[in-house]
Amino acid sequence: MVKIDTDKILGKDDMAKAASSGMDFTEKTRSASFLQKDNDVLFSRSLQCGIEIMRIEEALEKKKNMRKYYGKAFKALNKEYPQNTNGGYFIRVKKGHTVELPIQACLFLKKQGFKQKVHNVIIVEAGAKAYIITGCAASRAAEESFHLGISEFYVQKGGYLNFTMIHSWKKDISARPMSIAFVDENASFISNYVCLKPVKEIVMYPTAVLQGEHARASFNSLILSHPKTLQDIGARVIFQKENTQAEIISRAVSLGGKVVARGDLKAVAKNVKAHLECRGLVVSERGAIHAIPELETVFRDVDLSHEAAIGKISKEEIEYLSSRGMTAEEAQSIIIRGFMDVNILALPEALKKEIKELEEKTLKGSF
Amino acid sequence: MLELKNLFVEVENKPVLKNINLSISSGGIMVLFGPNGSGKSTLIKAVMGFEGYKVTKGEIIVNGKKVNGLSVDERAKLGAGIMFQHPPKVRGVKLAQISEYLCGDNNKIERLAKELSLEEHLERDINSGFSGGEMKRSELFQLALQGADLLLLDEPESGVDIENISIMGAVLNKYLADKRKSALIITHTGYILDYIKAKSGCLLIDGELWCSGKNPKDMFEEIKEEGYEHCRECHGKN
Ligand SMILES: Nc1ncnc2c1ncn2[C@@H]1O[C@H](COP(=O)(O)OP(=O)(O)OP(=O)(O)O)[C@@H](O)[C@H]1O
Ligand SMILES: [Mg+2]
Repeated sequence: MVKIDTDKILGKDDMAKAASSGMDFTEKTRSASFLQKDNDVLFSRSLQCGIEIMRIEEALEKKKNMRKYYGKAFKALNKEYPQNTNGGYFIRVKKGHTVELPIQACLFLKKQGFKQKVHNVIIVEAGAKAYIITGCAASRAAEESFHLGISEFYVQKGGYLNFTMIHSWKKDISARPMSIAFVDENASFISNYVCLKPVKEIVMYPTAVLQGEHARASFNSLILSHPKTLQDIGARVIFQKENTQAEIISRAVSLGGKVVARGDLKAVAKNVKAHLECRGLVVSERGAIHAIPELETVFRDVDLSHEAAIGKISKEEIEYLSSRGMTAEEAQSIIIRGFMDVNILALPEALKKEIKELEEKTLKGSF
Repeated sequence: MLELKNLFVEVENKPVLKNINLSISSGGIMVLFGPNGSGKSTLIKAVMGFEGYKVTKGEIIVNGKKVNGLSVDERAKLGAGIMFQHPPKVRGVKLAQISEYLCGDNNKIERLAKELSLEEHLERDINSGFSGGEMKRSELFQLALQGADLLLLDEPESGVDIENISIMGAVLNKYLADKRKSALIITHTGYILDYIKAKSGCLLIDGELWCSGKNPKDMFEEIKEEGYEHCRECHGKN
């Protein structure tokens, strides 16, 4: 297959930015790719059978039986969603197909003051399994730009979707992702979220609805908060059927910004098991972390728990490492790196390593 | 090598150490005795330069260099190394990570971890859930990897079982055979004296240093038999 001449369509600097959100332009480690810059889809192709990937408008036009999914999740929860979107991806992993290499998608902001509004639909059919790594990034030129991303996930009976989202914004970008996942019987939806770069404001509260027995969901996030930023980030799981399970884990480090770490486990069925864990580390005196864990049930036969702990790096820990020869800065940095543990993300080794390297690169020079 | 000259240290505005004079030359091992709360750990922490251990007067000299005012890591880089009496947990930092920071030689790390039965601890967060004895072994492990010239050992054998004391003793003895190394060792139980060749001891009582330079084994026997109260009386007489 011909190599994408991204150099020509994106340019070196922007390519590096996109790469920092997980884009592999060689496509060697990927099974499908999608790249949208502002409103333009620069490329979209599948390298493996069993995967369909295209611009959402194209899918709505060509795939009549896929139309019913568009907006369905939001309607089911009686939620409004913006209609004035332009672009976004449609990804379908066909019944029974296992896709080991991740599918990649990147939504890129280029123009100054641009408002990118996309609507994505991801369908993992019965018995299929896939990893998706999706990145959002901004060019140096994209000042005061805005990103709105609507995402609908349908993980059908026995399916497995591992979705990793990496935000690599900059200090003047605002982002509003809105996501709902419907998870059928025996299916799993795993969402990993990583945001280490500055961002002006990001508000998101993705929801997973476990609508079949033995459905599972897990939300894991690593958040680094820079000065003068607001990250209001949470996850909600609604347990509609018995014997469903979920886990929400987050790690937030504030270097001076404000983080609101929300979590909501809502059981509307019996025999539900779920845990919510939020840990925060406030490094700068100006930083703030507000953890808001919520558990809701109308039944007694549920096992819902939460644990939240917020603290600062203790003087003792810093001195301990300093006594081994590390400067206070080195000690702080190794503690933060340890705290932002990629192992909380549910990822296969190769992808974990990739994210870890990305994290190392991003953290270098961050504090 | 360590030299303390007319050292006065305050903690929380409370004078803890008074006029301490002490000298340990390269190759020397000094054993420090003293009742609870007498200021032994304070002495070591002041040498290391920890916050809150304020030197109000006097000099601290490590490896020939005056370290008053230097940061903790600068003192570590000059060769000082501490074994904490109560090391803190450092969540998120694995023993392996700090080992690699301290020593570039992976074979050495593995060998020493094996010797001190710490192989499984390498992948754990430092001191998190370590037993008392495991903590002490991990402290010694880190110090040896660090290659510190001046070992400041705060109760190396407390909480360590007999078998492990002998293992730690052997590692320590081998380490201190290098004549560039020196050590200040705090002990209550005296067990460590069976493994290392210490020629001098001293006694810290109520923040003052007494009886510097006596044979540590004799000192320990006397303390064991007569107690620290006897030391006070004896000191009063002289
Ligand atoms: N950080 C601190 N804050 C307040 N007081 C302190 C602090 N560190 C030491 N002290 C006080 O200084 C005195 C000496 O304490 P230090 O820990 O040096 O004793 P020690 O000789 O090591 O005792 P032990 O044998 O029990 O370990 C004690 O009275 C102790 O309470
Ligand atoms: Mg002590």
